[in-house]
Amino acid sequence: MNILLYDHTFEGFLTAVFEAYEFKLKQVKIIKEALQTEQLFAQTRKVFTQAPKAERVYQKLKSLIGDLGLHRMLYTFLSEYEDIETHLWAVVQYALSNPNRNIIQDFSHPSVLKLSQYAQMVHREKHRMEAFVRFRLTLDGIYYAEIEPDFNVLPVIAKHFKDRYQDQKWMIFDQKRTYGIYYNLHKVELVEMKFANHLNKQEGLEMLVKDEKLYQHLWQTYFKKTTIQARKNSRLHIQHVPRRYWKYLTEKFVV
Amino acid sequence: MNFDRITEKLEILADAAKYDVSCSSSGAKRNNQNKGLGNSTGMGICHSYTEDGRCVSLLKILLTNHCIYDCAYCVTRKSNDIKRAAFTVQEVVDLTINFYRRNYIEGLFLSSGIFKDADFTMERLVLVAKKLRLEENFNGYIHLKSIPGASDELMKEAGLYADRLSINLELPTEKGLKLLAPDKNREDMIKPMNYVKNEIIVFKEEKKLFRNTPKFAPAGQSTQLIVGATQENDLEIIQTADSFYKNYQLKRVYYSGYVPIADDARLPSLQSKVPMVRENRLYQADWLMRFYGFKADEILDPNLPFLDLDVDPKLSWALRNQHVFPIDIQKADFEMILRVPGIGVKSAWKIIEARRFSQLNETHLKKLGVALNRAKYFISYGMHFGNLKFLNSSNLKQFILGNTKSKYQDQYNAQLALF
Ligand code: SF4
Repeated sequence: MNILLYDHTFEGFLTAVFEAYEFKLKQVKIIKEALQTEQLFAQTRKVFTQAPKAERVYQKLKSLIGDLGLHRMLYTFLSEYEDIETHLWAVVQYALSNPNRNIIQDFSHPSVLKLSQYAQMVHREKHRMEAFVRFRLTLDGIYYAEIEPDFNVLPVIAKHFKDRYQDQKWMIFDQKRTYGIYYNLHKVELVEMKFANHLNKQEGLEMLVKDEKLYQHLWQTYFKKTTIQARKNSRLHIQHVPRRYWKYLTEKFVV
Repeated sequence: MNFDRITEKLEILADAAKYDVSCSSSGAKRNNQNKGLGNSTGMGICHSYTEDGRCVSLLKILLTNHCIYDCAYCVTRKSNDIKRAAFTVQEVVDLTINFYRRNYIEGLFLSSGIFKDADFTMERLVLVAKKLRLEENFNGYIHLKSIPGASDELMKEAGLYADRLSINLELPTEKGLKLLAPDKNREDMIKPMNYVKNEIIVFKEEKKLFRNTPKFAPAGQSTQLIVGATQENDLEIIQTADSFYKNYQLKRVYYSGYVPIADDARLPSLQSKVPMVRENRLYQADWLMRFYGFKADEILDPNLPFLDLDVDPKLSWALRNQHVFPIDIQKADFEMILRVPGIGVKSAWKIIEARRFSQLNETHLKKLGVALNRAKYFISYGMHFGNLKFLNSSNLKQFILGNTKSKYQDQYNAQLALF
């Protein structure tokens, strides 16, 4: 067996695909570097991510499975499930061995089906985060939000927020994966600093503008008053807003 | 800003606005131009859900709950002894912008009690929208309530800044209106609606000639009907809805189960339950008229003017028309496939596609998203007649109900006590 270790990036994964074909490797298994374990009877090699190689694989796949296919691959990747490399690799091989047809809707292939399911789940999480992000205005003049999404959706929600909030600086920080995206009025960049901890230690208050707590309070007031008690239906409420998201929802915590 | 005062106003004016069930923020596309604030993508986002499970997408408030009218079904009515409040135009603008920037909402839905007169009120609603668009460069969603009797000039301005305009008929018939809202007349409600409809048509024509014609209420118009405040039957309600869809090209008619708010001999008692199942059945009937090609008088007829509460109106139609079934899934017209209980619009299209390649069977249909537990009694596959023996039986309804559980069962039982 040939084990290829890559650096946890999508580009790294595509580079691994390139090398698997370049060196005509048999019985390939692509694994995240950090998950490496001692394997008997296996050849292990480390893949160094190279943009040109990744790009060639990307273009090839685009010609075979189109934008929809690549979209599904990327979203599957962002799901961070343990078995994604296995399914992604299986789909790549299936696509390359069927150059005359687009296999991405061929759900009789188990990995093709799996990709569409994973992509769907990530898609749903993307929508949730676009809805559930709650900014608060800090003294630096940055609208700041924390999230803990089930999947790694920051890369795919950036566009939505950039299109919408063009005249305010904002940052969305993923607490689980300890990185964020920051819009500086020109472009969106990745930030890795422990900005979040810093903010929490200050208990929020002195780091936030004076009106911030008041607007949070107004929003909670609104949320309470817009409910019709005679129609209360908690089951439906929780179905739409699962409890694990409440922590960051302004309307759900006590100011 | 005096926050205690603002909080109190918000409490009063959100509370009074909540009975308007529309919270849609879809149907309008506005891009964020020149580094402004916000956009509308055409597919509204629900940022949260209330504890009654409704989507929270817009900041839905009244500008004021002072009102010169006395509509019996409305908490804001003149004779009701409640706290009154009024926002200033600037306060509404500030709230909207600050909520929007924090990603709480998609935009604003602004309505109002009628103070002084129709135009005086409408003018202020329009002013809020105008400030948001021109001063704040705001491209989020704006829904304004049209005030009955407002002038054409104001409606024109409203349409330039708002995405959607709505005017609530509230009562399905003029008779009901006379009884419960004696100061209002239907003419005053229809006039602005008609004006906006015509302007939208003009806009579409001009758009063909001049590319930069300013948008006019791109998300169209809607209205709301209260269900269960007066004696109207469901047939009258859906006929009213149908005629407004046709004559005023409404995007949506909303149905709002009457929430008892007043002790008034003309209205259901304060103890009565909100008719939620009935409301839901009306939405289903509405859906059948808009997307399934059903006519109002097919869904209900004068001898049976109320929707069946145990089964949805499509199944109910099928049960009353057992003679047209089974239909052959391989050969039937699209229109007939749509009428099979358990087959939706999407599945119907997929069936038409898929049957070109192979003889369909139950497994195929399942994959295409058909709810077989209902559909199986009404279709044949050319040769296989498994479940059809039930079709002619008089207790098919009981049979289907026994096999499928309604999510409304509990509420239904609770409601039964009422009738
Ligand atoms: S005019 Fe409108 S706000 Fe005033 S009482 Fe009638 S329904 Fe209520």
